Amino acid sequence: MGGPTRARDTKAGTRAFIGGEQRGEGINDMTIRLAGEAGQGVESGGAGFASALSHGGLWLHTHTDYMSRIRGGLNFFQMRVSDRPLWAHTEGVHILLAFSPEAVTDYGPHLVEGGALLYDDSLKVDQAAVTRRKVQLYAVPLTKIAQEIGGEKIMANTCGLGALAGIIEYPFEFVADVIKKNFARKGDAVVGGNLKVAEAGYKVGRDQYAAKFDWKVSPLKDRPDRMQINGNQAIAVGAIAAGCRFMSGYPMTPASSILEFMAGHAKKYDIVVKQTEDEIAAICFAIGAGNAGARAMTATSGGGFSLMVEALGLAGMAEVPVVIVEAQRPGPSTGMPTKTEQGDLLFALFASQGEFPRIVLAPGTQEDCFHTTVRAFNLAEKWQCPVIVMTDFYLTTMTRLIPPAEFPIDRVTIDRGELLTAQQLDRLAEPYLRYKDTPSGISPRAMPGHAKAVHQTCSDEHDEYGHFEDEDRANRLKMAGKRWRKFQHIVDDLRGPTIYGPEGAGLTLMGWGSSYGAMREAVDILNARGTKTNLLHFVDIWPFPEAQAAPLIEAARQLVAVEGNQSGQFAHLVRAVTGRRADRMVLRWDGRPLSPEYIIEQLEEAKVHA
Amino acid sequence: MLDVKTYNSPIKVTWCPGCGDYGILNAVKSALAQLEIHPHEVMFFSGIGCGSKLPDYMNANAFTTIHGRSLPIAMGTKLANHDLHVICITGDGDGYGIGGNHFISILRRNPDIVHIAENNMVYGLTKGQYAPTSEHGFVASTTPEGSIEIAFNPLATAINGGATFVARGFSGDPKHLAKLIMAAVQHRGYALVDVLQPCVIYNKINTYDYYRERVYKLEETAGYDPADRDAAWRKAHEWGEKIPIGILYQAAGVPTYEEQVSELRVGPVAKRQLAPLTGAQADALRRQFF
Ligand SMILES: Cc1ncc(C[n+]2csc(CCOP(=O)(O)OP(=O)(O)O)c2C)c(N)n1
Ligand code: SF4
Ligand SMILES: [Mg+2]
Repeated sequence: MGGPTRARDTKAGTRAFIGGEQRGEGINDMTIRLAGEAGQGVESGGAGFASALSHGGLWLHTHTDYMSRIRGGLNFFQMRVSDRPLWAHTEGVHILLAFSPEAVTDYGPHLVEGGALLYDDSLKVDQAAVTRRKVQLYAVPLTKIAQEIGGEKIMANTCGLGALAGIIEYPFEFVADVIKKNFARKGDAVVGGNLKVAEAGYKVGRDQYAAKFDWKVSPLKDRPDRMQINGNQAIAVGAIAAGCRFMSGYPMTPASSILEFMAGHAKKYDIVVKQTEDEIAAICFAIGAGNAGARAMTATSGGGFSLMVEALGLAGMAEVPVVIVEAQRPGPSTGMPTKTEQGDLLFALFASQGEFPRIVLAPGTQEDCFHTTVRAFNLAEKWQCPVIVMTDFYLTTMTRLIPPAEFPIDRVTIDRGELLTAQQLDRLAEPYLRYKDTPSGISPRAMPGHAKAVHQTCSDEHDEYGHFEDEDRANRLKMAGKRWRKFQHIVDDLRGPTIYGPEGAGLTLMGWGSSYGAMREAVDILNARGTKTNLLHFVDIWPFPEAQAAPLIEAARQLVAVEGNQSGQFAHLVRAVTGRRADRMVLRWDGRPLSPEYIIEQLEEAKVHA
Repeated sequence: MLDVKTYNSPIKVTWCPGCGDYGILNAVKSALAQLEIHPHEVMFFSGIGCGSKLPDYMNANAFTTIHGRSLPIAMGTKLANHDLHVICITGDGDGYGIGGNHFISILRRNPDIVHIAENNMVYGLTKGQYAPTSEHGFVASTTPEGSIEIAFNPLATAINGGATFVARGFSGDPKHLAKLIMAAVQHRGYALVDVLQPCVIYNKINTYDYYRERVYKLEETAGYDPADRDAAWRKAHEWGEKIPIGILYQAAGVPTYEEQVSELRVGPVAKRQLAPLTGAQADALRRQFF
C-alpha cells in the first residue's frame, strides 16, 4: 500500500522508515506548504505539485492564505496529502518550501518536530525561527541549479518542487508529467529546461535529504479520476446544473470567482452574466430577471450584501425568487478581505426591515455547495422568496479531491414550483391574481407577457392583484398572513442537521457551514482517543428546522458550539429557538479557519472531557 | 389605434388636483394606444415617489420597486425577456438622485428601454424637500436659506453619457408629450424623456405659467437637427427665458445592449425550457476539474 507514511514515533526520535509502507503508529498523511511573496509562483507551483500528487491516486486537501495585494506580501499554498479522503487541513506543516525570508519567520513556527524547511541557499533566513524546534534545515542551491542547468533563474521554483518530490521520494515521473502539461504552451525548449532542472532538484532532495526526512508519499495503485474543486466552483457548477439563466454581481473577495466562472461558461451553458455598477444594481438586476421568469442569482461578500439589504426586502415583499450567495469574510466594514470568518449569520437572517419569508442555507463542503445551490434555486421558485447561501473565504478557496459521482450534474431535480405555463394561462377562466391568498401562501406565478395574466408586482403593501393597498387593515392582515404562511411551511422542505459519530456520545459538537470538515476530523480524533464524541452539522438554518433539530440538541449530554465568529451566533439562534444553551463554545475569529487541532486544543484548555 | 380605455386601471388616482402627473399618465396611455401596444406586451417599472405611482394607475404589467432602483430592475427584466416593451417611470429624486449611479450606467449600455422622468424639481411624496434638479437657491423645508447646490442637468448628462435618444416634454402639453413618448418607444435603444412636471403643492417657481411662457418646440425650430450632437449639447444647456422641448438628440444605428449579448440571439432566456444538462454536458463540466 502506498500513500504518505510516517514511519517513526517523533517523540522517540528514531528514524527508521521504509518508503511506501506504513510502520509504527504513524500519522498516515502529511502537509506541505509553499510560501512566498505574491508573484513568486506560490499558488501555481503549489497547484502543479498538487496535481502531481492527485495523479498518483492520492487524496488531497488544499487551501491558500494570501494578503490583499497583487505583488509582495506573504502568501501560502498548503496541501495535505493522504491515502484516504481528507476533510480538513492541519495546523502543523511537515515540509515548508519557502521563497522569501518572511515565509520562514512567519511560518517556521508551524513546522512540526522533525519537519523540514526547504529553501534556496542564497536566502537569508532567520534560522532561530526554526532550529530550536528540532526542525531540519535543507538549504538547496535552487537558483544556482536553475541557472546552470536550465539557464534561467526563474526555474528555481521548478527546482524547489523537484527537490520536494525527491525528499518525500515521490516518483519523478508524476512531476515530469505535470511539467510537460503545464509548460506545453511555451514550447519544447521551456519544457525541456524545466524537466532538467526539476530532475536535478529531485536528485539533490532524494540523495541528500530523503534519508533524514521521515514522511514519504508514494502513489496508490488505484488512480481514478477525481475532481479537485473549491466551494465557489461547486456553487457555480450547481447553478449551471440547476438551470440558472441569469447572474449579476459586483466584484468582491471572496465571491468574485463565482461571477468570473459563470461569465466564462455563459456562452456554453446559456446564461446571461452581467457585472453591474454596484451591489445594489447586482441584486436589482437579479430580481428583475427572476421576476421575468429566468432563474437568477447574485453573489457577494458581507459589504456588498449590506448594500443589497433593501432590495432583499423587496424580493420578500414582491415574492420574487432570487438566489444570493453571501461569501463571508471578517468584518466589520472592510475587515480582513482575504481571511475567513462566519460572522454574518444573524445579519443574513434578519437583514432588511419588516418580516418576510427568506431561506438561509450554509453548505459545509464542496459537495454540499453543489447540492445546496441546486436546492436554493428550487426553493426560491417554489416559495417565491429570496434564498441566501452562506459560505466564507475558507470554503470558497479550499479544494478537496472528490469522486465525480458526488456531482450528479445531469441528474438534478428542477422544480419550478407553481409557475403557470402559457397553456395553463390560456385556459384561465377568472382574472389572474398575482398574490392570490391560498392555504399554502403560495400564489401561482405567471411570467409577465401573457395576455391573460397582465399583472402588477409591488413593493408597497398590495392587494391580491398587486395594486397598492397600503392603508387597509384587513388587507394587511390578509397579505402579511399569506406571506407568513409560506414561512411556516418552508420548514417542511428543510433538513435537520447531519449527525456524524456515535449515538449517545458524551460530547456533542454543533456547528454550521464551512466548519464541517474540521469538526468531523476532530470527532474522529477524539473518538480514537476514547472520548465518545459526535457532531451535529447544520446546512439548513432558516427557517430553523426545529422539529428535526430540537430533539437532537436536547439529547446532547454536553453541547459544544463550534463557530468561526466571536460571539457564537448560531448558538444564540439555537438558544432562542430551542431554549437549550450550549454548554461551551469553541470560537475562532482571528481570520483563520477552524481546524481539528484548534478545536481539540480549545476543548482541552476548557477541560472538556466526556 | 387601440382604445385608450384599454389601459385604465380600477385604482383611484391619488395625485393632487392639478398635478402635472395627470398629463403624463394621459400621454403614456395615448402613446401606447396609437402604437397599438397591448397591456400584456409592455411592462412598467417605477420607484417610489408621487410620480412612481403612475404604473398602478395603468392596466399593464408593472413592477413598483423601491426608491431609485427601477432602472437596474428593468435592466434585469429586459435581459431576461427582451420581447417585452420596457418603460421606466422615475421621479427626479428617484431617477437622478438616489438612483444616480444607475442613471449614468444605463446611458452607456443602450438597452431598449424608455425612461420617463417626471421632473418636478422637488421631492413631492416626502412633502417638499429640494431635489437634485431644484434650481440653485430653491427654498424648501431642508434648505430654508435656499439650496447651495446647482441643479443637476439630466439632458446634458444623458448626451454626454452616451444616451442615444434624449428628449424633453412638458406635461402641460400631453399631445406633444405623447408624440415624444411614441418616438421614444420606437427608438431602438435607451430613450430618456425628461418631463417638466409642475408640482402644484411644493414647487411655486416651476409652475404651469412659468413653463407656458418659456417652452418652445425644437421641431418647429428651423434647421434644428436632432442628429447633431453638438447642437443637442447646446440645447441641453438652454434654460431661463427660453426652454426647448422636443427631441434634442437621437442617434441612429447604435446596437442595443441586448442585441450584443450572444445568449439572447436565439430568444429570451426567461422562455427557455429548463431541463437537467445532458450526460455529455455534465461530463464536460466535471472534466474541467480532473
Ligand atoms: C430608501 C428610501 N429613502 C427615502 C425614501 C422616502 N422617499 C419616498 S419618495 C422620496 C422622494 C420623492 O421625490 P421624487 O423622486 O422626485 O418623486 P416625486 O414624489 O417628486 O414624484 C423619498 C425621499 C424611500 N422611500 N426610500
Ligand atoms: S405633491 Fe406635487 S407631485 Fe405630488 S401629487 Fe401633489 S402635486 Fe403632484
Ligand atoms: Mg420630484
